[in-house]
Amino acid sequence: MAYALQQLINGLTLGAMYGLIAIGYTMVYGIIGMINFAHGDIFMVSAFIAITAFTLLAAADVTSIPLALTFVLIVAIFFTSAYGWAVERTAYRPLRGSTRLAPLISAIGMSIFLQNAVQLTQGARVKPIPPVIEGGVVLWDAPGFTVQIGWSQLLIIVTTVVLMIAFTWMITQTPFGRQQRACEQDRTMASLLGVNVDRTISFTFMLGAALAAVAGVMVTVYYGVVDFFIGFLAGIKAFTAAVLGGIGSLPGAMLGGLLIGLIEAFWAAYLWAEYKDVATFGILCLVLMLRPSGLLGRPEVEKV
Amino acid sequence: MKKTLLATACLALGAYSQTSLADMSVAIAGPMTGQYASAGDQIRRGAEMAIADINARGGVLGEKLKLEVGDDACDPKQAVSVANTMVNRKIVFMHGHWCSSSTIPASEVYNESDIPMATVSTNPQVTERGLANIFRIMGRDDQQGMVAGEYIADKFKGKKVAVVDDKSAYGKGLADEIAKAMTAKGMKPALREAITAGEKDYSGLVTKLKQAGVEVMAYGGYHTEVALILRQAQQAGLQLTVMGGDTLTNSELVTAAGPAADNVMFTFSPDPRKNPEAAPVVEKFRAAKVEPEGYVLYAYAAMQLFEQAANSAKSVKYKDLEKALRGGSFKTVIGDLNFDAKGDQKAPGFVVYRWKGGQYDYAQ
Repeated sequence: MAYALQQLINGLTLGAMYGLIAIGYTMVYGIIGMINFAHGDIFMVSAFIAITAFTLLAAADVTSIPLALTFVLIVAIFFTSAYGWAVERTAYRPLRGSTRLAPLISAIGMSIFLQNAVQLTQGARVKPIPPVIEGGVVLWDAPGFTVQIGWSQLLIIVTTVVLMIAFTWMITQTPFGRQQRACEQDRTMASLLGVNVDRTISFTFMLGAALAAVAGVMVTVYYGVVDFFIGFLAGIKAFTAAVLGGIGSLPGAMLGGLLIGLIEAFWAAYLWAEYKDVATFGILCLVLMLRPSGLLGRPEVEKV
Repeated sequence: MKKTLLATACLALGAYSQTSLADMSVAIAGPMTGQYASAGDQIRRGAEMAIADINARGGVLGEKLKLEVGDDACDPKQAVSVANTMVNRKIVFMHGHWCSSSTIPASEVYNESDIPMATVSTNPQVTERGLANIFRIMGRDDQQGMVAGEYIADKFKGKKVAVVDDKSAYGKGLADEIAKAMTAKGMKPALREAITAGEKDYSGLVTKLKQAGVEVMAYGGYHTEVALILRQAQQAGLQLTVMGGDTLTNSELVTAAGPAADNVMFTFSPDPRKNPEAAPVVEKFRAAKVEPEGYVLYAYAAMQLFEQAANSAKSVKYKDLEKALRGGSFKTVIGDLNFDAKGDQKAPGFVVYRWKGGQYDYAQ
């Protein structure tokens, strides 16, 4: 029981991070109908920005952890959003209106470009930082097993919940959210009604990148190690989460992320860890067979 | 039209004269990019220094050596295409690849094209397939696993030991050998697990180890994952000692794992840096701000091996080189090398090391 609880905490932490990245995939898909394969690498770039910011702070002798975290988050969100904007501007906007396949290919190209650019400028070596937040709270001292939640794990879960609430409010209540949803439903109509479609799309990319930046900072804090390759696997898992939850659906992305995190944790805990990915993707196949548009996705209605 | 023809002719002539003037090409291949790029980096630094030294001595058989570098990123498919490229570049000797899973398919290509090769890949299958062109300058996983397994059974008696691998040809092979050697000495692994390399989250595994009361983890795989597992174990309040193979010589492990790296032990050939004959070369590397750790001196030795074999055979033709390599004894920075019929080094020997404060030394 204590063991299961500990694995639940592990799974939730992992799932929260997948969810944060998955939202970037699902938002972009919702608005322009393409899979932004460079999103995983945007996440990787943000982790590098975070590690640079942490190193700078350490050099400047900043010892207050809350202050450092806030600073790093702001820096990472700012620069990563700029990356998100630049990627959309250079790789996708010129291709808007061409075949569906063209932006997909340029997304893959962008992903390889970012990976190699970081590798060449930052080196192929793993970049570590000393643990930022150490220790945790013991939740339950059961006989034979102590359940504990690390402060960094707690931080990840709380940040994700807060962000999700803020994000849902933004999409449902603000003028930007309204424009975003309008573009999602019908881009031509939205532009006829005076919505600046290009700007909304740019902003969507920046928002997705900002959430990925939060995930990037969390990964840096939690694992303490980044390399130029982390975007690949994280991207694939988050993309899977988005599809599982129903691509295009925001709560779906979050739910998908959590589910994948939990499946991974529990499968590895009670069954064979080596078949963890088989299980994750097996469940994805099963869900897609029964519900082709994902758990919370609405089937696409062909508009005439 | 005429002008184009003329230009093409000139270009062709240029290309021709270039190839005729070309130096003798030798090659290295390994993960120059990708997550194991630091090992590729070590190989390249070692080989570059060796080639510079050999050329300063006047080259091989009067010709200067030129180094070709192939990047397989530890991907077996890419390794085969690197091998084909190298064959096209007419190399006479190859040192590589690094990952066993790359060396095995690539060696078939070199074998067909009559190119002799030296490798540090440790999977037994590298030399067990009867290919005559392979010479392994490192020990084998079955020997390395035996040394590690027996050490665990002797020193950690009564403790719970888990055996974990990363599902790679190298990692699983090594972990299986460790488990076999432990069992033979009467110590059964408490857990047998496998993980996916390249992930960041191993908290599931760590929790499982903690639940089972494991204190020692024998690991078959690479340093990146070990660093993450150690960090996460520390976060979860689990004191874990790790025993692994030759890949854990990488000092990146220490930067990534922090002080927890002091709990890492691994098997490796006796440290070539301690070899008195290697001292001048070691000095030279340090003067060039390169620590000759891990595979650096091995790459240097591979080039020395080629130099000496070619000089004694007075030829770089495959048949002559192969005969010279098989029959000869070579003085290199990693000690004397001579090979058996399979192409394995005759006196490999593994010792157990332990990291301490960023340096590794023989374990007690």
